Amino acid sequence: MTVPFSYNIRNLVVRKTTTVMTAFGIALSVAILVASLALVNGLRTVFANTSNPLQLLVLRKGGNSELGSTVSIEDFAIVRSKAGIAVDRSGQPLTSQELVNVVNLPSLDNPKGMNVTVRGLSPVGIEMRKVRLVAGRWFQPGQREVVVGKAMAHRYPSARIAHRIRFGKGDWEIVGVMDGGQSALNSEMWGDFNQISADYNQQDSSSSVLIRATDPVSLDALKHSIEDDPRLNASTMTESDYYQSQTASGAPLEFLGIFVAVIMAIGSGFATTNIMYAAVARRGKEIGTLKALGFSEGSILLSFLSESVLLAALGGVLGCLIALPLNWVTTGVGSMVSFSEIAFRFHVGIAALSSGLIFAVVLGAAGGALPARAAAKKEILIALREA
Amino acid sequence: MASYLPLILRNILRNRRRTGFTVASVAVSICLVGVLFALTRALFFGGETTPGQAKRVVVHHKIALTQDLPVGYEQTIQKIPGVRAVTSLRWFGGSYKDPGDPKNRFAQFAIEPKTLFEVYPEFHIRQSERDTFVSQKAACVASRALAEKLGWKPGERITLVGGMLRATLELTLAGIFDPPPSDTSSVLYFNRDYLRDSLLPGDPRRDMVQQFYVEADNKDAVSEINHQIDDTFAESPYPTKSEPEEAFMLSFVSFLGNLKLFLAAICGAVTFTLLLITTNMLSMSVRERTREVGILKTLGFSDGEILGMVVGEATLIAVAGGLVGSILAGGLCTAIASAMRSAPGFVSVVPGLSLSPLVAALTVCLALLIGFVSSIAPGVYAARTSIVETLQYNG
Repeated sequence: MTVPFSYNIRNLVVRKTTTVMTAFGIALSVAILVASLALVNGLRTVFANTSNPLQLLVLRKGGNSELGSTVSIEDFAIVRSKAGIAVDRSGQPLTSQELVNVVNLPSLDNPKGMNVTVRGLSPVGIEMRKVRLVAGRWFQPGQREVVVGKAMAHRYPSARIAHRIRFGKGDWEIVGVMDGGQSALNSEMWGDFNQISADYNQQDSSSSVLIRATDPVSLDALKHSIEDDPRLNASTMTESDYYQSQTASGAPLEFLGIFVAVIMAIGSGFATTNIMYAAVARRGKEIGTLKALGFSEGSILLSFLSESVLLAALGGVLGCLIALPLNWVTTGVGSMVSFSEIAFRFHVGIAALSSGLIFAVVLGAAGGALPARAAAKKEILIALREA
Repeated sequence: MASYLPLILRNILRNRRRTGFTVASVAVSICLVGVLFALTRALFFGGETTPGQAKRVVVHHKIALTQDLPVGYEQTIQKIPGVRAVTSLRWFGGSYKDPGDPKNRFAQFAIEPKTLFEVYPEFHIRQSERDTFVSQKAACVASRALAEKLGWKPGERITLVGGMLRATLELTLAGIFDPPPSDTSSVLYFNRDYLRDSLLPGDPRRDMVQQFYVEADNKDAVSEINHQIDDTFAESPYPTKSEPEEAFMLSFVSFLGNLKLFLAAICGAVTFTLLLITTNMLSMSVRERTREVGILKTLGFSDGEILGMVVGEATLIAVAGGLVGSILAGGLCTAIASAMRSAPGFVSVVPGLSLSPLVAALTVCLALLIGFVSSIAPGVYAARTSIVETLQYNG
């Protein structure tokens, strides 16, 4: 025979001030946990959206970042001639040589300046990505013009159309804003490959080459053909792997968030224990009555435990509600691979929310265990005599 | 007030279990606040700086760290008053053996061997090894951490294959230097002349470097030197940005994201939770004692005295929690610092994490404040309730 659950609900309602205050304390630690998970989730979404599963990034041998890599013009010609590369409508192979560097610009979060990726590419490079222009026009070959990503335009006051940005050997005019969806490309700035490589004294080479395979089987074949080619000194990475590795950029913040949430939860757990002990003390007579009616120790234990879990779950739900608006918040972290900032939106998904709820339930069960045991162990006669 | 202390203590010790849990709860939260304060201090206000660091200035291109500066700037900087020594630096970023193995990844810099140890007097190396490094063009030196990690002994042959720069370097380890104990980075320095010779004759990057490290005569000269350098090159095609080494290191903190906002939000949330917890506890215990309050009032205790006793009780509990919490925080800071010692580059500020007396005092003050604020509502309740009401109370 179990004690009806409505008994627990009624008890929480009777002590509403205490209930709300305790739940709120739990809610804040749950909110911090959910926020940390949402941060990494958002970052993962951005990087996943950046890559095309059929695209391969060619870097110098052993290279793991575009910034620290160089692929010569001769190497580019060899890569371009490989079999299995997809072609565009005009029959040109989808291979893009690109030059990557960073520019330090003041942002809203960092007025002292944060690095932004500048990428030099040709029209085929644009074609190979899911980007569309949302304002202005594309840069012209041979002109000192750049197009900025949407997130960059929002976060960097100097990244506006018609503004000029100084990098390389002089000023560059911003002529357009592009949108690559929720992807890392929105944090980049693009210009003409030849113009940018001249500015960085790298006319004879590029940082990386992006190629698209016709199908997954050719992708694998291309990978081996490039890596095993004795004329080339190159490694390859699928675009997905390259961007996935950068999700680690969020790890320090995630670690900090989880660390804080766990410590806060220990504090809130003690508070819950206190509240539940008080509840047990106040309801001595009721416990005695329940026992006299024939409820077993187990069912009384379960009843108090579920009350504590219910209290914590209430806090969990509240915490999730507090964290939910983060879905509309954009922030940025620096990637150590691209040595620049990636803007992303928090993503409070089902996984983060359910982790928050489970966390709250565990907290409630741990905090309520001792008081529930005390309630169950009460002697009937002593309990009934209590005030 | 002191004469009420025994009564306050009695009240505190009456329900020891509750007091214990409340103190524990406050202690855990205050410990967290302490660690976060210490982290904020280490990240944004600079933890401990070595005397050598305080005298050093980093000069890099105004636009980005990755943009080059002409090597000739060295002579110009050397002539600026207050400058004792200058050395240049170029990031090589090559790969050693199998670069897929994280063990084989370390920082590699092309520098001028004669001036390196002048600008870094805290790097200790045997004089004979230093002499070899200066005299042999293909020589290199490694930090103790790196040499131990890869089992290198002087004489070791090290081949680095260039990344951004197309050059393959065949280096010989001339010696191993010991940086200060707090610096555990894996780093290798080699002669910039050797890199210059390894690049193709037409490569415009042969005479370019990326940073200059400047040692000032004394730390008071640093800010003047910064201005002088930046003003000198402001109108040139390669404008510079000069900053104290410490500020330069801290600029990497922005890579972690908007930490300031994150830390502020967390500290706010923890403080608010603490307020909720202590107010709740105190309300509970005051409500239980309503009848006693009535009796005290009948005996002639004034409303003010009753309020004072509740405030005193809360403050004592909170301060006890605060003291325990800051001791815990001190321990936790040390633990985190030692755990992070081997963390990669930009988290390396964390090893400087420690709970300074100021931060400890701040956290205890915060606990005191929280105790005080949380006691107001229950205290006023106890003081205001009339004798008749209190005596009728049936908790």
